[in-house]
Amino acid sequence: MGALSLSKITKSFGNVDVIKGVDLTVNDGEFCVFVGPSGCGKSTLLRIIAGLEDASSGSIRIDDADITNAPPSKREIAMVFQSYALYPHLTVKGNMALALKQAGASKGEIETAVERASSMLSLDKLLERRPAELSGGQRQRVAIGRAVVRTPKLFLFDEPLSNLDAALRVNTRIEIARLHRDLKATMIYVTHDQVEAMTLADRIVVLNAGRIEQVGAPMELYNDPDNVFVAGFIGSPQMNFLKGAQLGGRGETLGIRPEHLGISRSEGQIPGTISHVEHLGGETLVYVRNVEHGLVTVRLFGEHKFSVDETVFVTPEPSRCYHFDANGQRIR
Amino acid sequence: MSKARSALGRTVAAHSVLGLYTLIALFPVFVVVINSFKSRKAIFGDPLAIPTPSTFDPVGYTTVLAQGDFFLYFQNSLVVTIASLFFVLLFGAMAAFALSEYRFRGNTLMGLYLAIGIMIPIRLGTVAILQMMVASGLVNTLTALILVYTAQGLPLAIFILSEFMRGISDDLKNAGRIDGLSEYKIFLTLVLPLVRPAMATVAVFSMIPIWNDLWFPLILAPSEATKTVTLGSQVFIGQFVTNWNAVLAALSLAILPVLVLYLVFSRQLIRGITAGAVK
Repeated sequence: MGALSLSKITKSFGNVDVIKGVDLTVNDGEFCVFVGPSGCGKSTLLRIIAGLEDASSGSIRIDDADITNAPPSKREIAMVFQSYALYPHLTVKGNMALALKQAGASKGEIETAVERASSMLSLDKLLERRPAELSGGQRQRVAIGRAVVRTPKLFLFDEPLSNLDAALRVNTRIEIARLHRDLKATMIYVTHDQVEAMTLADRIVVLNAGRIEQVGAPMELYNDPDNVFVAGFIGSPQMNFLKGAQLGGRGETLGIRPEHLGISRSEGQIPGTISHVEHLGGETLVYVRNVEHGLVTVRLFGEHKFSVDETVFVTPEPSRCYHFDANGQRIR
Repeated sequence: MSKARSALGRTVAAHSVLGLYTLIALFPVFVVVINSFKSRKAIFGDPLAIPTPSTFDPVGYTTVLAQGDFFLYFQNSLVVTIASLFFVLLFGAMAAFALSEYRFRGNTLMGLYLAIGIMIPIRLGTVAILQMMVASGLVNTLTALILVYTAQGLPLAIFILSEFMRGISDDLKNAGRIDGLSEYKIFLTLVLPLVRPAMATVAVFSMIPIWNDLWFPLILAPSEATKTVTLGSQVFIGQFVTNWNAVLAALSLAILPVLVLYLVFSRQLIRGITAGAVK
């Protein structure tokens, strides 16, 4: 229960257009991630869905109800914020119960809902504590618990892991994924971190400058990007963009992922000198400088010995090349 | 080693500066209090001497308590101060919330307009205020004083509180909105407790000028029933003879209630600061 559809959503602050016409459907039970560079409008779009901002034009529907003008509390949504936003004067239990209390639920209902959510997130031992007595990870779990208690049609996450340290981030990410499997609820998740997007999403929406660049499953976006922006944004380290004409390819730009480049000391298509090498154990990243193409990243699996200032040759795998025209659109 | 020593030196220096300042600030109060317990002759003979058994004379206090209705004056002062503070804090916080939270046309302009009151003394408008009070029949009522003092305190309160409220996370207020809290509830239960230290600061800053004011009580409410302590003490200051014992005693007594009020707020202030420090 909870399919979301946005049609022709726009938002301007004064003369600045932040969202420039977004059409999107999120299916029931789907985990949808909005991803994009900072300032692309992804958080604004989320706030419009939540009803914290009014759209300048367009309409929002959840299932069959038009909620474009409904106040946030009537939209049957729950939101988890980057800064946790727990009520400092209430205990964990009070924080989780407040929304139901406001909605006029009975004591018994509240009790069972809080119990269910707290056992799901193992918060049972923390129920009587105040937010100030919790660690960052615990606070974020409480914030997620507060959302779960409401059994909303739609969960909204606004960069929920950004304030956590690296280890906790991985744990909480797994927890959110598990929660999605258990609840089978529709979730919309905003992040600028493409690793979070790739690992959590059923479907990723890539936003740039207030527009949707491409929508698709993580591997679709990775293997079949529509344009230069998506190709460069998805995948880490970033895709290399080489001058296509010099390599005899079609179009203006030739895109090739670092793992699809071969490197050799004796022969190859693009000569260059190594400017930096990163040894990560499982993989080795070699940065090769070429006069025409600039810095080219090569990703090798396992350990390899290369030293800075060595002359090497880099060769793209022809079947793995992407071709883009002068406007950055993919030539298929 | 040298670091520890310099830290100690700094602490000593800082404390001696603060101690000196405290001495300077408290000295007039000290002189007022000791002289209030001395006979008239002793006050003029040696103003800085501490009262001894031979110079001790509580005549000032007996005069003050016997003459006039000093308890009523105290009560008037307290009513006016507390009521004005309440309205300053309430309306100041509400205006500050609106200015910091909502985007509307003329928001900045409104903020500036409200802040101008910090720079322009309200006494410039005395004549107009008096005319208004006469027209509305509020002369010689405590309401008149409360209204004027509320207006006097609002600009600074709005200025300080709106700065503080801008610092409160939007996420918290938005979480409240999603959970179905009304704007009033968000203001009262989420925002106000978080700006408590700022409220205490505003309360202390607004309280002292209200308690000490002589101007408006003299003009707007000079009747016997509405006199404040500062106005009441004027009885003892004459054109030819001044009853110094009584004036000093009245002033010493007038310090007490305001000291209590200050202690109440400063405790809040310290609690707010330490609560933040411990996390």
